[in-house]
Amino acid sequence: MSGISFSPLGDRAVIIRLGSSIDEATHRRVRAVCARLDAQPIPGVVEYVPAFASVAVHYDPATNAYARMTELLDAELVHLEDEGLPPARTVEIPVCYGGEFGPDLDDVARHHALTADEVVRIHTGGDYLVHMIGFAPGFPYLGGLPERIATPRRREPRTLVPAGSVGIGGSQTGVYPIASPGGWQLIGRTPLTLFSPERDVPALLRAGDRVRFRAISRDEFLAWDADA
Amino acid sequence: MSLRVRQPGLLTTVQDLGRVGHQRDGVPVSGAMDPLALRVANLLVGNDERDAALEITLTGPTIVFEGDALVAITGADLSATLDDARLPAWRAIRVPSGATLAFGAVRVGCRAYLAVAGGIDVPPVLGSRSTYVRAGFGGVDGRALRRGDVVSSGAPSALAERIAVSLTHADGRAGVARWSVGAKLRPAYADEAVVRLIAGAHAAALTDASRAALHQATFRVSSRSDRMGYRLEGPSLELAEPLELLSEPVAFGTVQLPPGGCPIVLMADRQTTGGYPRIGEVATIDLPLLAQLKPGDRVRFAPISLEEAQALYVEREREIAGVRQSIVLRYR
Repeated sequence: MSGISFSPLGDRAVIIRLGSSIDEATHRRVRAVCARLDAQPIPGVVEYVPAFASVAVHYDPATNAYARMTELLDAELVHLEDEGLPPARTVEIPVCYGGEFGPDLDDVARHHALTADEVVRIHTGGDYLVHMIGFAPGFPYLGGLPERIATPRRREPRTLVPAGSVGIGGSQTGVYPIASPGGWQLIGRTPLTLFSPERDVPALLRAGDRVRFRAISRDEFLAWDADA
Repeated sequence: MSLRVRQPGLLTTVQDLGRVGHQRDGVPVSGAMDPLALRVANLLVGNDERDAALEITLTGPTIVFEGDALVAITGADLSATLDDARLPAWRAIRVPSGATLAFGAVRVGCRAYLAVAGGIDVPPVLGSRSTYVRAGFGGVDGRALRRGDVVSSGAPSALAERIAVSLTHADGRAGVARWSVGAKLRPAYADEAVVRLIAGAHAAALTDASRAALHQATFRVSSRSDRMGYRLEGPSLELAEPLELLSEPVAFGTVQLPPGGCPIVLMADRQTTGGYPRIGEVATIDLPLLAQLKPGDRVRFAPISLEEAQALYVEREREIAGVRQSIVLRYR
């Protein structure tokens, strides 16, 4: 793989840089590196963490010092191409838009001189990519929000955003996996549990997944069995 | 053996060496703020050094031992007492059932570790018993200890049993080991620390004046510091040019520079990724010194090369392995 560079992240991690922008080609390179690290474990590697355009490899310097670790990584990744990646999963996320679950939907619509229904139609029409998970357990950074409904964050962040809230922050959209403070415009809420430490696979979404949102009614939301 | 919590103290949580392997799912590592003190406490009582212990912050708890126990307290000196008698730190101690452990004034440091033989036995979550309060999982119901909590220890190792026997007195009083660990594994905590810093990815983007200030100024640990990060107050640091950065992974000890100009050092409960410029990375060898600072304490950053930091890391790991070996030999 060309255009790959290494830089230390302290004395126990190295960052593999694979690009400088948020785009699908870079994202495929990130996925390819992760797939290779899964297939070919390198001695001393503790875990890896993919991001928009980089992958951090946390390692034990008592096994391999930085220079040796980057040699091993380079040898493993130099001939890596992004063909042959497993097909991306598509995860459908049901969302009850507006009302008590999406208190900012009307503001977002007004901001763009659209109706609330039009915002919902545009949001559910988008094809989203999970570029990375970060910020909070299971929180997906999604690419693919139609520019027409990109909306600045709220001037005053909320001190508590309920788990499952679906929001728009600038040109990003996402779902809050756990209750937390947050400044995004809340347009709806999903009954799905995005993160549960008790599940075998705790995070619903992983980097590389495709996401579609589907509008559901308030009754469907209330009747949803989150464990199903 | 169980520990009954009579008073919880300011922030007493179950911690081990952290939740490794789940950062890709956005799960913070958590774990002990001072992993060295936790590891040594475990070794002293014959545990696996990764076992869970109690991390005790500034104002300590009052704990009654229900059952005979083998314990060790390391880290900060919070004036520990057992039934009102001063309790030596960094030593294995045989505690009789019914004894009360309490803490008093903060003498030095911020966090003490109480290890018990067999480890603190709470259900592991994602491979770790560490408490992550922000998301409410790990430890005891994902929260700090409360009055009335009872936490149990696991089964002691054969080594722990031998240590306990060697410290048992016929008359039932507490038995204190005569041996401890060497000075290299007991860092000299202070309220003003010099911490060695590896250059961060964006250190070169600082103005000349700010780059100099980073290594010359004394910073104060803000009262808005916690297990997630230490906010530092001092000269405002500036970049020569604003940087547009994509969120990237961060590490324990990453020094971020938010637009306000006050650096934040990321600690045990840090988020897995961050988008602020990274101006430095605290060398692992000095993380305990930093983690033992409390709000109002002071820190300076001395430069260190990556190579030297890794050499010191390897040397410390050897020291720890040596202690492990010597305890096993002593109680063969």
